[in-house]
Amino acid sequence: MRNYENVIYAYIIMLLLIFCVGLFQSWSIALTILNYCLISAVMTIGANIQWGYAGLINFGIMGYTALGGLAVVLVSVDPVKKAWQVGGLNILACIWIIVSVIFITKFILKRFDKSSIRNYSVAFVIIAGVILIRITAIPGIEAIESVDPAVKGFLGGMGLPVLVSWIFGAILAGVLAFVVGKIALGLRADYLAIATLLIAEIIVSIIKHEEWLARGVKNVIGLKRPAPYEVNLQKTQWFRDFIEKIYSNKIDLINTVSQKKVVLNQLIIDASSVFVKLCFTGLFLSVVIILLIVTQKALYSPWGRKMRAIRDNEEAASAMGKNIVKDHLLIFVLGSAIVGLAGAMMVTNDGLFTPGSYRPMRYTFVIWVMVIVGGTGNNFGAILGGFVVWFLWVQAAPISLFLIELFTANLPETNSVRLHLIESAPYFRFLLIGIGLLLIMRYKPQGIIPEKIIKQ
Amino acid sequence: MDFLNAIIVLFNFTVIPALAYGSQLALGAIFVTLIYAVLRFANFATGDMMSFGTMFAVILTYYFQSLGIGLGILPTALLTIPFAILMMILYMLIIDKFVFSYYRIKKSPPVQFAMVSVGVMFVTQALIRIIIGPSDRRFLDGEKFIIKATEFKEITGLAEGITLKSTQAITIIVTLIVVSIMFWFLNRTKTGTSMRAYSDNEDLALLSGVDPKRVVLITWVIAGILATIGGVLYGLDKSYRPFVYFNNMLPIFAAAIVGGIGNPYGAFFGGYVIAFAEIFLTYSYKKFISYLLPAGLEPNSLMQLLSTDYKFVVSFSILVVVLLIRPSGIFKGKTI
Repeated sequence: MRNYENVIYAYIIMLLLIFCVGLFQSWSIALTILNYCLISAVMTIGANIQWGYAGLINFGIMGYTALGGLAVVLVSVDPVKKAWQVGGLNILACIWIIVSVIFITKFILKRFDKSSIRNYSVAFVIIAGVILIRITAIPGIEAIESVDPAVKGFLGGMGLPVLVSWIFGAILAGVLAFVVGKIALGLRADYLAIATLLIAEIIVSIIKHEEWLARGVKNVIGLKRPAPYEVNLQKTQWFRDFIEKIYSNKIDLINTVSQKKVVLNQLIIDASSVFVKLCFTGLFLSVVIILLIVTQKALYSPWGRKMRAIRDNEEAASAMGKNIVKDHLLIFVLGSAIVGLAGAMMVTNDGLFTPGSYRPMRYTFVIWVMVIVGGTGNNFGAILGGFVVWFLWVQAAPISLFLIELFTANLPETNSVRLHLIESAPYFRFLLIGIGLLLIMRYKPQGIIPEKIIKQ
Repeated sequence: MDFLNAIIVLFNFTVIPALAYGSQLALGAIFVTLIYAVLRFANFATGDMMSFGTMFAVILTYYFQSLGIGLGILPTALLTIPFAILMMILYMLIIDKFVFSYYRIKKSPPVQFAMVSVGVMFVTQALIRIIIGPSDRRFLDGEKFIIKATEFKEITGLAEGITLKSTQAITIIVTLIVVSIMFWFLNRTKTGTSMRAYSDNEDLALLSGVDPKRVVLITWVIAGILATIGGVLYGLDKSYRPFVYFNNMLPIFAAAIVGGIGNPYGAFFGGYVIAFAEIFLTYSYKKFISYLLPAGLEPNSLMQLLSTDYKFVVSFSILVVVLLIRPSGIFKGKTI
């Protein structure tokens, strides 16, 4: 039990901090932070599988997160029938062309020997395919985008429940990771990092600019929810009774009936938002726990030991007859699928899909900082990292504002340095995260909760 | 005549911008490649370091303008570059002393270096945003054009004109000067040779009496010069916006790898490869083709191979093709 003591302490401190936010700021904010911490935890589990288990650098987390978000739109939004009628056939034809180009290219590469004629024919097939796609797609896309452009203008989704999209998001991200892994996994570590960074940019720019797919930068709002809506909840009888019962002491103190009603209504409105967030917290928490159990089991199974062996010494593992290429690909796909799941969870939590908000700093590098700060190769550490870093990321602005006020208290109100610093308070979070990362890398490179190798 | 017009259209809208953009990328790519060859890591703070140097140039430009100091028809920013370079080198040396040198002495794996450089990226970005803010700034003054399209049309009597912005000319000329001095330094001076030796084989170089501290110092100095000049030229040509500089890291890395990472000649060449490919593939050829085809056959569409939104796709495709066909890059990488 002694081994787990510091883990438990670390988590208790973290939860106490969030509790303090609830006490001093508001419970709604505390739950929002907690939900995002849980989503970050799922992302860090995904990144930790790739980096901690297998030593693969994936700087493309942003791309898989965005794909997970896209999956929510593609699965849960109701289909736009008119758009399918005017342009659906063109899009289907395009998909068919892409698939056939891929198959023809593969066939040529397999069937014929290496020669310049083969290279030219592959190039010809690809260029011809691109031209064909443009010819078929453009009228279709124009037709789709002109269908009710203010609210629709895209093909819509399948109209399935939103929870299905979480699985679909994971599958989508996994499939993409398979393709990327096939191309890029042979590269050296730093090349892999740059290649994945570029791929993530490409994915996000495709989602941003292909408006027929998910409205691009025009955003999709009002997505389905796996939890009740606040407005409906406020009208539900059992919920009203429940709140009345909880706050009965407080309400009994008020004398007039009309006053009572006003106070009760306000309480119900506040409580409904907390209740909805609690529903999300429950869902996310169960995802995190399931993932934690599965990954923990995997880490201490023969498969996990094999992965660590490959990470620590590729040549030796290869000499023992382990198929490194295959295992790297598998772990790349698994990790990316978990990140895709997290992306879907995040969009579900927000209720809107905003491709313009996907930036590499926030969705790739901060997640990496989480993994490294928390402890690479240790799932408890990675999750804790997600909690700590997200908490700092959110609370950095108020903390730095407080510090600036403190240090510039002697300066007059209109001092330009003071005003400038107060204005740039939000950017101190980058400084905090950066210095935190550098300090951890220097003095505790194993992270807050280091990797534990259990001798078996 | 139509043929000449077509050529001029192509020249005006693709070749000149690509040369300028390529020069900016080339400076950045040489910076990446030098750090990679001598200090042996992929520096993810590249874009932000360039931005950091440019920030000083922007601030000093505003200061000089307020004092009334200027260069007449040339942009004031050129006057501020030496000061900006000094600040940049100072910053780089501080970062090296407190961050990178520890890992260098410990001989950490490149992956750890890369993660540390991500930390430096965060800090640099924060400093930039705290000091100057994230907004878009233009700091170009002086004469804007060397040749205007209308003047060119009047002189030659052609239907199409060539516009040569002064920033484009300055970019190309300054890049050529800086790069030639740098190549001369690397190849002809004793210090340059010691740097090459250190990059080639560290142990052998140490054995022959090369001072590693000096080599590292000189590398950061050259890196500071390249980063600042590249950043200022980009900012003059387009505008100064920190977020854009961060994103420029991707084509810069692509250029360095395509040319053969570790090889400055390759990086110089790679910058132009990426720039020309990006601009040629995203340019709309409608006007060009309508001059070449007989009247009545003008194309209706934009005749664009890729939308400009997908310029990253170009860098990435070139990167993948080069890595698949010739993993060490066009020039053989990993030697200065």
